[in-house]
Amino acid sequence: MTATQEPTARAEIGRDRRRKEDQRLITGRTRWTDNITLPGMLHLAMVRSPFPHARITGIETEAAKQSPNVVAVLTGADLGEAQGACINAWPVVPDQVTPAHVPMPSDRVAFAGETVAVVVARSAAEARDAAELVEVDYEELPAALELKESAEAHANGGALAHPDLGTNVSAVWRFDSAEAGTGGDVEAAIAEARENGIVIEREYRQQRLIPAFMEPRSTVVDPTGEQITVWSATQVPHILRFAMAATTGVPESKIRVIAPDVGGGFGGKLQQTPEEMITFAVARRLGKPVKYTETRSESLLAAHHGRDQWQRLTLAATKDGHVTGLKVDLLADLGAYVAIVGGGVPVLGAFMFNAIYKFPAYQFQTTNVLTNKTWTDAYRGAGRPEATFAIERLMDELAAELGKDPLEVREMNWIKHEEFPFTTVAGLEYDSGNYEAATARAKEMFGYDALRAEQAERRSRGDKVQLGIGVSTFTEMCGLAPSRVLGSLNYGAGGWEHAEVRMLATGKVEVVTGASAHGQGHETAFSQIVADRLGVPFEDIEVLHGDTQISHKGLDTYGSRSLVVGGEALVRAADKVIEKARPIAAHLLEASVDDLEFSAGRFAVKGTDQGMAITEIATAVFAAHNLPDGLEPSIDSEATFDPVNFNYPHGTHLCAVEVDTETGQVRLRSYACCDDIGNVINPLIVAGQVHGGLVQGIAQALWEEAVYDDNGTLVTGSFVDYLLPTAADTISFDLDHTTSPATTNSLGTKGVGEAGTIASTPAVVNAVVDALRPYGVHDVAMPCTPERVWRAINSGGSGGETTEAAAPHFDESEGAAQ
Amino acid sequence: MIPAAFEYVAPASVEEALAALAEHGDDAKIIAGGQSLLPVLRMRLNAPEWVIDLGRIASLRGVRDGGDHLAIGAMTTHHDVGQDPMVHEHALLISKAITHLADAQVRHRGTFGGALAHADPAGDLGAPALALDATFVVQGPGGTREIPAADFFVDLFETAISDDEILTEVRVPKYDGWGAAYEKFVRIAHQWPIVAVAATVRLEGDTIAEARIGLTNMGSTPVRARATEQMLAGQPATEEGVAAAAALAADGTTPPSDLNGDADYRRHLATVLTRRAVLAAAGRG
Repeated sequence: MTATQEPTARAEIGRDRRRKEDQRLITGRTRWTDNITLPGMLHLAMVRSPFPHARITGIETEAAKQSPNVVAVLTGADLGEAQGACINAWPVVPDQVTPAHVPMPSDRVAFAGETVAVVVARSAAEARDAAELVEVDYEELPAALELKESAEAHANGGALAHPDLGTNVSAVWRFDSAEAGTGGDVEAAIAEARENGIVIEREYRQQRLIPAFMEPRSTVVDPTGEQITVWSATQVPHILRFAMAATTGVPESKIRVIAPDVGGGFGGKLQQTPEEMITFAVARRLGKPVKYTETRSESLLAAHHGRDQWQRLTLAATKDGHVTGLKVDLLADLGAYVAIVGGGVPVLGAFMFNAIYKFPAYQFQTTNVLTNKTWTDAYRGAGRPEATFAIERLMDELAAELGKDPLEVREMNWIKHEEFPFTTVAGLEYDSGNYEAATARAKEMFGYDALRAEQAERRSRGDKVQLGIGVSTFTEMCGLAPSRVLGSLNYGAGGWEHAEVRMLATGKVEVVTGASAHGQGHETAFSQIVADRLGVPFEDIEVLHGDTQISHKGLDTYGSRSLVVGGEALVRAADKVIEKARPIAAHLLEASVDDLEFSAGRFAVKGTDQGMAITEIATAVFAAHNLPDGLEPSIDSEATFDPVNFNYPHGTHLCAVEVDTETGQVRLRSYACCDDIGNVINPLIVAGQVHGGLVQGIAQALWEEAVYDDNGTLVTGSFVDYLLPTAADTISFDLDHTTSPATTNSLGTKGVGEAGTIASTPAVVNAVVDALRPYGVHDVAMPCTPERVWRAINSGGSGGETTEAAAPHFDESEGAAQ
Repeated sequence: MIPAAFEYVAPASVEEALAALAEHGDDAKIIAGGQSLLPVLRMRLNAPEWVIDLGRIASLRGVRDGGDHLAIGAMTTHHDVGQDPMVHEHALLISKAITHLADAQVRHRGTFGGALAHADPAGDLGAPALALDATFVVQGPGGTREIPAADFFVDLFETAISDDEILTEVRVPKYDGWGAAYEKFVRIAHQWPIVAVAATVRLEGDTIAEARIGLTNMGSTPVRARATEQMLAGQPATEEGVAAAAALAADGTTPPSDLNGDADYRRHLATVLTRRAVLAAAGRG
């Protein structure tokens, strides 16, 4: 038997492959959850509370039940314990205050938008019509709305989000480098700097944001088979199955969760939602398939929100600008419930405020606060954008105080490339990086010196349009996560990932991954990895994911983990295939195992022209006619990889903005970034991640904000008022990469899913503030609206509050013409 | 996003539409391009029993030369009005405003008359129509009547069209040789204007002979900046000549306060944007 297959002509890794999933995604030929239609399927509509905090005193469902084609109207009392519960998987401290989260409460609502009844009808339209006929009587309760006030409510008799708990403070989580033995005493450092150095004290606001994924959330549940099948637009099918089983008593083996093609998530679909649990409960109760798809308004109102922190920061430095200490004190708004990882989001930032700098002393504390607003949880970056924003704003403030270039001050303080691996004051070991190289490349792309010269020229002639240059030299910890570290933080699960490689009889390859893609391009990138590893054509590889009966083990996709954790699992599974095939190849080639070399998909006998393709071995194993004695007839393999460390991409981002000082309008002028994400599997996918990530981060700086009024009503309840940018609002970005391979996975890759979002927000705000420094401005609150910028110029401060009201653009009056 | 059920009728003539309106009255809503009505129905802010669609009435579409004016059919889409060479020649301000109106999809579905009858003070057509002293032709059971622009906009979403009438045509006097500019201020491209200024000017040499200025979203209706208009007449078309007059643009206005800016900020914006719009209209921008 001789090899007939040509070796793969060129390496797949590093190639700009167009995404194999895009043909079905962008032509609409795929099936999203809402496209799924089952025989006899019923449709749900939710009845939601208009009040942020109220006792439910009565629910009148009779009129709705009489509405055409309504099958049932169910309340929390009707479903009872069958609804299960929404779990918090990360109690950040042992005594965390965690309100019970019943998917559909029967007695009290804790945020505007919470579901109090569900209507089941033969069509979605009939369900919606009948939902309007459900009459709910509420007795309004005082609502905890403002974050700072809510944090003190236990002491001053303010409103409690959950009166029975006696406090709104869910947890106080603290890290201190002196206590941990990773650094010095921050108070001593600050005291010393007050005497002989520089102390920068600032308070920054991380506004509340809404993860506005393209596909609204949707769930279909079919209870008619032996297993209950759940299709859901989720990032986390495996975690959802676990949570459903754990809280409803249905055996995990009787639940199959499928995340079909999912239209984006950004953390917003990293949740076990009340809507999923209600849909599951209704299907079980009625014994029929049911579907719930939210409207966009419901998505904005009730899907979890992100960010929402106050950050009190103290940075100590010597007179010449060497940093000596950093103290961080956060207030984090959890909203009405502690979401699945809600309380952990600020903790994910705890190790990152020190960023790329060599702080000798560091202290972090977060106070997690319950309020009567929509619950908050992960949103692209989750904790790390908040940390990066704070430190990168502070480093610019330090530079301004010193009268030095912000890049110069950073360079004085950052970890030098020859110092890697470097253990930080927060106790993390950064494996690799080169901040000098990334910064040099970014400066070159950006034309840094020329823009600084233009800025000086505009300042000197008092131009009405001022130029600002913003810097962000970010790093982040991603690739969630080493299971032992998660365990030490009381996280309720591990951080491993699983993969399987199946060698089919016809020479094709099925790759199964536990990382559940929702737009990232796993099918393409993972195919490239396996193509190189096994030497089989890219087109012959099928990547399967997102179905707990196909991919039975997995921890899903979030925290820039799929490639650096899931990809490594895949490499190991592929390597096991080769090792299992090796003795079979030796047997069939009548050679010694030691004489075989595997390369480009082929086992060759050294020094001969004898050889055999691994795909041929797969066929031989399928037949199983002639295998070595005692070997199982299979070369399929699986691997579970648990990383030993996080993963630390970094980069230098430079942003130039033009600020119209007459109106406060901020216009992006140019944006250059050089990210070091180690080795790149597919540059095209990486560019897409960076572009999209940048826009999402820029949007926090300039446009997006979830605003509530004094009644606890979400004012930004549609895209009329929640300003989501489009391509028309952005510019073309200049991207490049330096390469410091990660040492903690064999591909040398680093995560890129969140990098752009984490880096870009402070780059933009730094640019806005930089433009306005001649006007005495040293901060503009986010989003940097034209009104805020104008006020900061003309009245000082950081631009004041947003008016908590929206303009009507739709006429609600009856009758009337045209 | 599913509207409540409604009955639908699509008459072939204005007379049939008026008859349907007379029959269903308060229970009916007229749909023109639907770009404002459909969101209202889908969000269930309103649930009319009848929707009367004017889309099949051919006589309501198109731009016609009326001699001393242009007659724009109420059901002409924004796109068709914006692309019309006659509009460009005789009412440049309208062409300019339409380039800023919503997005391409909306401009191909939304109608000129529908948007004006909707009377959102943040709509992009009210200020130009007011600045140009357009005349609104409405037809009702008793025949047609003409409403001057100054009387047409009554309040937020409220016009001088009676419940039993339909807007059929907007007549715009010809402003041949006038320069025009529409300065729209937004945070993101697909937003309604926070403030916008519609300005058209006639120059004699380097002097502004006449100016007409309408303000968008500076009150519950579009408003004219008459003090500015008066002061501009006879001023040189220079930054200095225009600035003092523009500073009066917000006088007497009562702009709203909302997420995008409070009333003070809007008044300030109106003066800046008026200066820029006038200079741009004069070819000096």
